[in-house]
Amino acid sequence: MGGFLRRHKGAIPYLLLAPGLLWLTVFFVVPGFQMFMTSLWSGTLETGYEFALSNVSNYTAALTRFWPQFSRSILYGGAATLLTFAISYPLAYTIAFRGGRYKNLLLFLVIAPFFTSFLLRTISWKIILGDTGILLGPLKGAGILPDEFRVLATPIAVIFGITYNFLPFMTLPIYVSLEKIDRRLVEAAEDLYASTLGAFRRITFPLSLPGVFAGSLLTFIPAMGDYINAELLGNPETTMIGNVIQNQFLTQNNYPTASALSFILMAGILVAVGVYARLLGTDELAGGA
Amino acid sequence: MASTTAAVTRPSGTFGERFVRFWDRYLLFIYTGFAVAYLMLPVAVMALFSFNDPAGKSNFVWQGFTLDAWQNIFEVPGLENAVGISLGIAFVSTAVATTLGTLIALALARHDFRGRAGTNLFIFLPMATPEIVLGASLLTLFVAIGAPPFFPLSFITILIAHIMFNISFVVVTVRARLAGFPTHLEEAAMDLGANELTTFRKVTFPLILPGVMAAGLLAFSLSIDDFVITNFTSGGTVTFPMFIYAKARIGIPPQVNVVGTIIFLTAVGLVAISTIASRRQTMRDEKMARRQVADAN
Repeated sequence: MGGFLRRHKGAIPYLLLAPGLLWLTVFFVVPGFQMFMTSLWSGTLETGYEFALSNVSNYTAALTRFWPQFSRSILYGGAATLLTFAISYPLAYTIAFRGGRYKNLLLFLVIAPFFTSFLLRTISWKIILGDTGILLGPLKGAGILPDEFRVLATPIAVIFGITYNFLPFMTLPIYVSLEKIDRRLVEAAEDLYASTLGAFRRITFPLSLPGVFAGSLLTFIPAMGDYINAELLGNPETTMIGNVIQNQFLTQNNYPTASALSFILMAGILVAVGVYARLLGTDELAGGA
Repeated sequence: MASTTAAVTRPSGTFGERFVRFWDRYLLFIYTGFAVAYLMLPVAVMALFSFNDPAGKSNFVWQGFTLDAWQNIFEVPGLENAVGISLGIAFVSTAVATTLGTLIALALARHDFRGRAGTNLFIFLPMATPEIVLGASLLTLFVAIGAPPFFPLSFITILIAHIMFNISFVVVTVRARLAGFPTHLEEAAMDLGANELTTFRKVTFPLILPGVMAAGLLAFSLSIDDFVITNFTSGGTVTFPMFIYAKARIGIPPQVNVVGTIIFLTAVGLVAISTIASRRQTMRDEKMARRQVADAN
């Protein structure tokens, strides 16, 4: 073994990669390919399925039929991404620039809630946002809000839930990119009579943009595909594309339509990742230096 | 601090300027306090409702304090089984994914080879794919090869899925740890006659161990919490998240909150212990390095 490695040094990285990449190929790439094939099936579970290229009409049919859910996913996902950015940036900034000795503790506090089950967290929000829950109940009792005011089972609750559940995906990349900034640049700007705001606008913010891009991508993608928040916090009018995919797959057994929908979602994401990799390089993607 | 000296040397400025400075000095901290409270609120509610004494099946309204659920955790039928299955899957998938992912991380961080950029992208893709697509595509594969004879949707198919989505997270975590260490320690060992395997065992592995532990912890917590992908690949097998989901419609028994609270406290405890241990290790390493430098002088 040792002799072989010494004679074929170039083979080492490939030997290290092989088992993991094989697993990913068989259980990530092949399923992706199979999903594409399935999306071109016609027929039902009872009659059996048949593959034909002409079934590309599955795509147009799915897109037309479920366009409301698609556009809702983009809208809710986009709104939640903006909200996570608004909440995360000042938080990441404070931890990176003002955290001092509490930096690690603060980071830990940001991540800690996410060791709770995703479902239980969302159900907790259902308790908190309930019509007579711990948040609205007292406000209604004091007469500040009208009795019929509600948050739960509205689009607001869904966007709110998505925002909460994917917050660290935004906070952490922004924190990392702020942390990397050379403090001397900011000091130099201020020595040269830039105002605090000016130094932030011209130095800190532009240098943190890779983190903002990465965070937006990492938040928007799972937000688009999410269906738990829409299901637990929303109503039948707030269903997103994820709800449709899960329903078509697991309840209707309509594999071709469900596959076409998943594939459209995936294709959109691949385009986004491609643009990102072109702009920032692939090392950033896998968390390299 | 640069901003403080700047504030002293410059006139107080416009209202906007003063507001920005006030924001910078006080509001950021107040804001961070609120943000942490917001993040913690659902966890607190989950823990609080584990002590609730619900009137009927639904545990959405506070009725009164009781230790009942904590004393009879597994009184709810099916819960014990679900937690057991989740733990089993989490342990096995963590072990396999951590091994495979660490090997990839070593290749990416320690070797230059053709196809590196492509590998980076390939590792990123599963993390960038929405869970629902990962789960759905695996289901199409299992359906296409005729699920029952090859893969009865069950423990095994869940395991396959969990290992798959965990590999990338392990790679990223271990790689981040390796990126901080220069390669000259390994080069020194090789110069002194150690072969690749000895170098790995005596130098590289101890270096990456904290990163591997962190990756394992991450993989474990991702696996035990996964609902979406599991939902597509489980067949009739009920994991803990599947159990919660099934109960969400008819009312969650407080025992579920008890298990959730225990999982949360265990994870937080383990992370705290491993952070402190790795900080001690770093301090010991630094002390040793300083002593060696002093001896050399």
